[in-house]
Amino acid sequence: MAEATLRTAPLDKARILQWLQTYGVYAGVAALLLVNSVITPYFLTTENFRTQAVQVAPVIIVALGMALVIGTEGVDLSVGAVMALAASVTALYLGYGLLPALLAVALFAAVIGLANGALVAFVGVQPIVATLALMVGGRGLALVLLPQLKDLRNPSLASLGSGDVLGIPYLILIAAALAVLLAFVVRRTTFGRQLLAIGDSRPAAQLAGLPVRRVLIVVYVVSALLAAVAGVLATARLQASDPTSLGNLMELSAITAVVVGGTPLTGGRVNIGGTVAGAVLIQLLTATLIKHDLPPSWTQIAQAVVIVAAVYAARGRGKR
Amino acid sequence: MTTTNPDAPVTTPPAAPRKEDRPVGSGRSERLSALVQQHGALAVLLIVSLVASFSFDSFATGDNVSNMATSSAFLAIVALGMTFVIITGGIDLSVGSLFALGGVLAAWGSRHGTLVALLLPLAVCGLIGVVNGLLVARSRLAPFIVTLAAMLGARGLMLSITDEGADTYLIGKGSVLAELGQGSTLGLGNPVWITLALFAGGAVALRRTRFGQNVYAVGGNEDAAALMGVPVARTKILVYALSGLLAGLAGALNAAWLASGVTILGSGMELDAISAVVIGGTLLTGGLGYVSGSLVGVLLLKVIQNVINQIGSLDSSYQQVVSGAFLAVVVIAQTWLGRRRQLM
Repeated sequence: MAEATLRTAPLDKARILQWLQTYGVYAGVAALLLVNSVITPYFLTTENFRTQAVQVAPVIIVALGMALVIGTEGVDLSVGAVMALAASVTALYLGYGLLPALLAVALFAAVIGLANGALVAFVGVQPIVATLALMVGGRGLALVLLPQLKDLRNPSLASLGSGDVLGIPYLILIAAALAVLLAFVVRRTTFGRQLLAIGDSRPAAQLAGLPVRRVLIVVYVVSALLAAVAGVLATARLQASDPTSLGNLMELSAITAVVVGGTPLTGGRVNIGGTVAGAVLIQLLTATLIKHDLPPSWTQIAQAVVIVAAVYAARGRGKR
Repeated sequence: MTTTNPDAPVTTPPAAPRKEDRPVGSGRSERLSALVQQHGALAVLLIVSLVASFSFDSFATGDNVSNMATSSAFLAIVALGMTFVIITGGIDLSVGSLFALGGVLAAWGSRHGTLVALLLPLAVCGLIGVVNGLLVARSRLAPFIVTLAAMLGARGLMLSITDEGADTYLIGKGSVLAELGQGSTLGLGNPVWITLALFAGGAVALRRTRFGQNVYAVGGNEDAAALMGVPVARTKILVYALSGLLAGLAGALNAAWLASGVTILGSGMELDAISAVVIGGTLLTGGLGYVSGSLVGVLLLKVIQNVINQIGSLDSSYQQVVSGAFLAVVVIAQTWLGRRRQLM
């Protein structure tokens, strides 16, 4: 009996740890929902859930792209700048109608994504540096195009930001649809497998004859496009273009969501469901602290603790 | 491999493979690449400054130069610590927050005397740096994530000290601390002299001490360094502690210069510091870098900023575009040079 316990104990510990690594983020979200429904007044209302979801939707959309980039052992620091750029470009071209404006945004974002991807894939620059240049330059460009906050009163843009289907806002539907799409791409398509193989070992992927450069470029373009989508949606919700503060620190929120969701920074694995849950976890944590009148400084400290705890738990998973 | 020889200062990236494949006589070309990598930024700085001083009457004036020097000093001190961290192959995103925290602590502590005002930020920021180093070195967590958490945590701490940014602590006029930040010696602000002294010390520490050799060795090839008996963990903890300490000191000096601890400062500073270090020829992959380059990198960023301010018609947001473009060009050039050196 005692022997059996001794023999299984390490195994159980490993199993618990593994379970925590995979499902810890969902358990965290569940725990926060449970605690809040008991201690927070008006938490269990449709209105509250809608507010929280609408707030977290842009973070989720950006984090989805970030998850793909991190899956290739990269990182994209330019997403916040792309959001700001998307806001500026929307404001500039909205006069021609919503669709032309969206096309212009997509074009700008694709160019930034191409530049990031080309620097990483062809020049061989480290992702963090390649995207740092566009993080600095991209926001500058957004400010050059549109130096200050601008009111955008456009009915079709407004309906994009605040419209809904059966009571579910477009923002949430778009985020959910993108999450499902990307989960499918990562799990079921050749592209997804190539992406993970590159993240696992780029030299090995190269030797195996995978189209490494093409996949990397596509990944950075997708990340930029998703950031642009988030930028347009945030602009539509605000009904104003705010190039100075829109997307500020978004790269960090997105990276946090991805990492807390169980995607290792070392690449080779992507957890889309975890990424969504990671974003939700941080949103709920922030909302909980604010609802109970705890100062914003606590939120930042709590966020820091969650990040370190999540990364500590994920330690040693995947390759070193 | 060259890096594993602890007696020789390491100047080439250890990744250079297939030494035996190199054609004979490639040494000169390799040395040229190294020269461009080390001093390219200095050449650009001189050219930009020269063009600017001919183009704008107000550029090369004593006032403008001394202003630029003083305002560069604080970023330069932060970049000095960042240089050490990056040479070990790490990164420190927490410096901007530690800069703000250091400033607030110095201003808060200045009521209790200069000693408290200087020691408190150094102790707290240094301690956070040690925690960063411990998590990176002992728990083997990614430096990017650890220092990101420290960035959030330190900003939270700073906000809770200042009642969510509402309280501003002032530094009394005429105190030793204020003199340290605002006074000048031989026409240059005291922060400039402090910065120059720190860089001289940093250069000596990096080039002439066992610690400096360890920093290069860890960044060059961590596993090889460990096999050679280099104290990898201790070196890493020391560089993060140094980075935190210098960020705190820079914040304290900046607060002394401004006569108050300003809570909104320092955001985005980590990126400026990283940009300056990279422009200065330090490789983000670690193992190769120069303290002097980081100083040049900071000056270059400040000169670009100043030139754009001088061109009154240009929006100041062009500064970001130019800095970003500049960073991209430097990084591409560096990568290209690095690859050439590897191939040769």
